[in-house]
Amino acid sequence: MKYLLLICTDEGFDAPPGELDPTAWVEETDRAGIRLLGDRLRPSGDVTTVRVRDGAVLLTDGPFAETKEEMGGFDLIECADLDEAIEVAARHPMARFGMIEVRPLWG
Amino acid sequence: MSPATTARAAVADAWQGEWSRIVGALIRHTGDWDLAEECAQDAFTRALERWPLDGVPARPGAWLMTTARNRAVDRLRRATVEAAKLRELAAAPLPSLAAGEVDVQDDRLRLIFTCCHPALSDEARVALTLRTVAGLGTGEIARAFLVSERTMGQRLFRAKSKIRHARIPFRVPPREELPARLDGVLRVLYLLFNEGYAATAGPVPVRADLTGEAIRLARLLAGLLPDEPEVGGLLALLLLQNARSAARTDAAGDFVPLADQDRSRWDAARIAEGVAVLDRALGRRRPGAYQVQAAVAACHATAPGPEETDWRQIALLYGELARWAPGPVVELNRAVAVAMAEGPAAGLALLAPLTAAGTLDGYHLLPATRADLLRRLGRHREAALAYREALTLATSDTDRRYLAARLETATQSAADGGRARPAG
Repeated sequence: MKYLLLICTDEGFDAPPGELDPTAWVEETDRAGIRLLGDRLRPSGDVTTVRVRDGAVLLTDGPFAETKEEMGGFDLIECADLDEAIEVAARHPMARFGMIEVRPLWG
Repeated sequence: MSPATTARAAVADAWQGEWSRIVGALIRHTGDWDLAEECAQDAFTRALERWPLDGVPARPGAWLMTTARNRAVDRLRRATVEAAKLRELAAAPLPSLAAGEVDVQDDRLRLIFTCCHPALSDEARVALTLRTVAGLGTGEIARAFLVSERTMGQRLFRAKSKIRHARIPFRVPPREELPARLDGVLRVLYLLFNEGYAATAGPVPVRADLTGEAIRLARLLAGLLPDEPEVGGLLALLLLQNARSAARTDAAGDFVPLADQDRSRWDAARIAEGVAVLDRALGRRRPGAYQVQAAVAACHATAPGPEETDWRQIALLYGELARWAPGPVVELNRAVAVAMAEGPAAGLALLAPLTAAGTLDGYHLLPATRADLLRRLGRHREAALAYREALTLATSDTDRRYLAARLETATQSAADGGRARPAG
């Protein structure tokens, strides 16, 4: 079962330097064959939202949902069930300072 | 009794005892919650048809389990589900039905923990527990929660859909996660009980169906997890609170406060059972919030009258409870106990910081408590103001009637210029 982890920061969060480094988490989940793919994402200032209406391509500067939280990264993981996915997500350093959305893939 | 009556009683009995076992076993083998419920339902319907004619089988639970399983095999065969699943189900050993057998891997326990999974909302957990563990119909649950059957149906559908699509596992959590997950289960049962007991909305003060189901489920859980003292604590708490229910309202359906209740109408057998369950739990020397709350309830339930109640002990217990489950409502209750032990002025002093903190804004019991303490101090004008504030916040009809009566008395006493003696 595949789950997408959306790694979100909380506005004004305060973490000691080094505490946010996900390197150890990435290495561990890669080694265990859990993490399939993932990366950091550029901040919302670099985001463009695309819509097509009446054949015209409409662009908006910024993400489609304006929230205080910023999606800072994503990871695609393969787990037996939700409990396992929750356990993997809870070990991500960002879980302690921001939040992680666990989305099951449709397929 | 006629064979038909005997058969109907046997089916009703089996429903109480076997429903969750059958649903749990079918979910474990098929992973399909709807199929499991429908096949269990079919088995009971079939029992209602057959048992009056054929007689009640020697082992009703086994008969129902076999019937439900055969029905599931049929349904899956017709749906031409992959052969492997079908073979597994047809060959699956039927769960042992020996009476009193306790197994941490009991299907009913799996069912309870899955229904109360923390990834589901409280509302969804309560509804799902009533549907699949207690075996109540969607319509019954909807009526108990004063929502339309359609709304409740959607709530159940969404919960089951999440279990399936997010793949919430059907299992009892591993030992290291058990305490935290058990807390979630106990909270669902307590929510259920309170929904029936406190009646947050509507004209009926106690909905016995919900309190009864909560107690039945707590009993089941206590039987399945005999080594978890907090389960015993919860069961004791529910029994002790429920024992007072007949005296909580008068003939007109109005709320009667604890101090004015006719204690001869309390259920002595329930109290004795609750105290015994609590003693066993406390004997394990792993206290917790439910055991402490049950101890408070036991102080009330075993006192011959309000004056003989050990309020000092209750105030201490609320202090202890604040360690396990800190919160403004616990502080409010502690203030009430202190007021009884040391006088209304001492209680009022504890209420002041609570009012100032504002965390209980909108909760009618804060001004109602302040009003009562002011009344006992003979400060009727202030008491009337506080009763009026409480009245604007109360939501249940019985609370409102009680507060309106108190407001009238306080207003009258204030108009008498405080000549009336403090009520004590």
